[in-house]
Amino acid sequence: MDLIADHISHRFGALDVLDKVSFTVRSGEVVAIVGPSGCGKSTLLSILGGLLRPSEGQAELRGAPPADSLNPLTFVFQDFALLPWCTVEENVAFPLAHTGLSPTERRAVIDDALRRTGLSDFRGTYPKQLSGGMRQRVGIARALAVRPAILLMDEPLSALDSQTRELLMEDFIRLLADGAMGAVYVTHNLEEAVRLADRIVVLSRRPGRVREVVTISMTRDERGAIDARGKLLALQNELWSLIREEAIDAEREVQHA
Amino acid sequence: MPSVRSSMLDRAPSQDRQQGDAAAKPRPVAFRGGGFTPAAGRYSGWIALALVIALWQLAGSAGWVNPLFLPAPSAIAVAIYKLAISGALWHHLSWSMLRIGTGWMLGTAAGVIVGFAIGLSTLARGVGITFISALFPIPKIALLPLLILWLGIGEEPKIATIALGVFFSTAISVYSGVDAVPRNLIRMAQSFNVPFHLIVRRVIWPGALPSILAGFRITASVALLLVVSAEMIGAEYGIGAFVLQAGNLMQTDQLLAGVVILSLFGLVVGKFINLLETRLLHWR
Repeated sequence: MDLIADHISHRFGALDVLDKVSFTVRSGEVVAIVGPSGCGKSTLLSILGGLLRPSEGQAELRGAPPADSLNPLTFVFQDFALLPWCTVEENVAFPLAHTGLSPTERRAVIDDALRRTGLSDFRGTYPKQLSGGMRQRVGIARALAVRPAILLMDEPLSALDSQTRELLMEDFIRLLADGAMGAVYVTHNLEEAVRLADRIVVLSRRPGRVREVVTISMTRDERGAIDARGKLLALQNELWSLIREEAIDAEREVQHA
Repeated sequence: MPSVRSSMLDRAPSQDRQQGDAAAKPRPVAFRGGGFTPAAGRYSGWIALALVIALWQLAGSAGWVNPLFLPAPSAIAVAIYKLAISGALWHHLSWSMLRIGTGWMLGTAAGVIVGFAIGLSTLARGVGITFISALFPIPKIALLPLLILWLGIGEEPKIATIALGVFFSTAISVYSGVDAVPRNLIRMAQSFNVPFHLIVRRVIWPGALPSILAGFRITASVALLLVVSAEMIGAEYGIGAFVLQAGNLMQTDQLLAGVVILSLFGLVVGKFINLLETRLLHWR
């Protein structure tokens, strides 16, 4: 199943946020969206996931989702969006309540999601008792439970410390390795983008337009090798040179606002 | 290369810290972070209460105050005991409980329904907030004569007065609670295609519950205030009527016995709501 951004424009009142953004996320592909602060990355993701109606253009799906997918487009949120009154297990079970799965099937799905995210021993724990990294793992387990075709990840690591970020990045790479799931990964962190994505959509400053689509020529396996670090850093620098001037302008704009 | 790394990680010798101003004697950094964290002592409140009662008793026993104006705590305790033995206390209390219970439940049920409607529907919000803003400030006891005119002189107007007072505070606390539910949780549920009724039951209701329970604490006090006022205006039985009669007869020990019972009632309700909060909001 492909996800298509078709000439998406969006305005908040008089403020133009996105301007005719178009690109396609192919089945199993990981596409990162980067750009200066305020360029509309998160707004674009909300539109792609059907949580926000665009002013113009539309988000489209092409092809059928996998037969067993309970929620083809599934978000992983920056702030985790966990229900604080529910345990880890109840949070993971939350999107399954209305899906028509039998209790046995539901139990199996929850167990599998908890096992894949290393949360099996934390079933009865409440979110307030967990670290930021563990909370995001719950968010990921909840997303995996519905067997998504495409994960929509809105800066999923930005609220975490650098060590936890690194650990979760390794988890993301592992989860997306087999190409069974695609992802749209919104980030301001270029290192995350080059390590995880197959293609990187670079947006201009507000109103966000597609400035460039950079294809990462290395496979994900190649990127994991130690001697690939130099190449990744070069890619990262290349991306930074693309957005640096606009990032400076955007920062000044925010400060003046 | 290793030598470069080790030189980068070399730390300055500890004696370097003492160079520069070797003559100056080190002194501790002054602590500036105290205060602004008041905490209720476990026993201090009870000790203070016991001291006040002891002082009050001493004033009564020593004849420092006229018992007609301020009877001693022992006299009030005796009055409560006699009222309990005679059955009058339960008679008055049961009438008040009936009115409070019925009025509170009616007002709460209506307030929760209207509060949720205002919190969830644009149409209900537009209409409801206007009416609530206009009617909430009216002292509900002022409506009692009108309610007597409409509903007769039985229990209905008193119960309706309590229900009205409870309704407005409940509706406000409910829709404020619904408004306070983090929108990201609602969007999360929508992103999983969770149906509306499940979002209300599994996300909005528990999210609004802290505000709703805080509202219950207020409406319990409102109900107590209104039942006493209503009973003073037009009732033969009830704690309010009893306190008024005792005042008219200058039986200040009985009057204060009624006040103490009202205070105890308020404490019991407060403890019950604490219990509810502990049970229902354990996740906070």
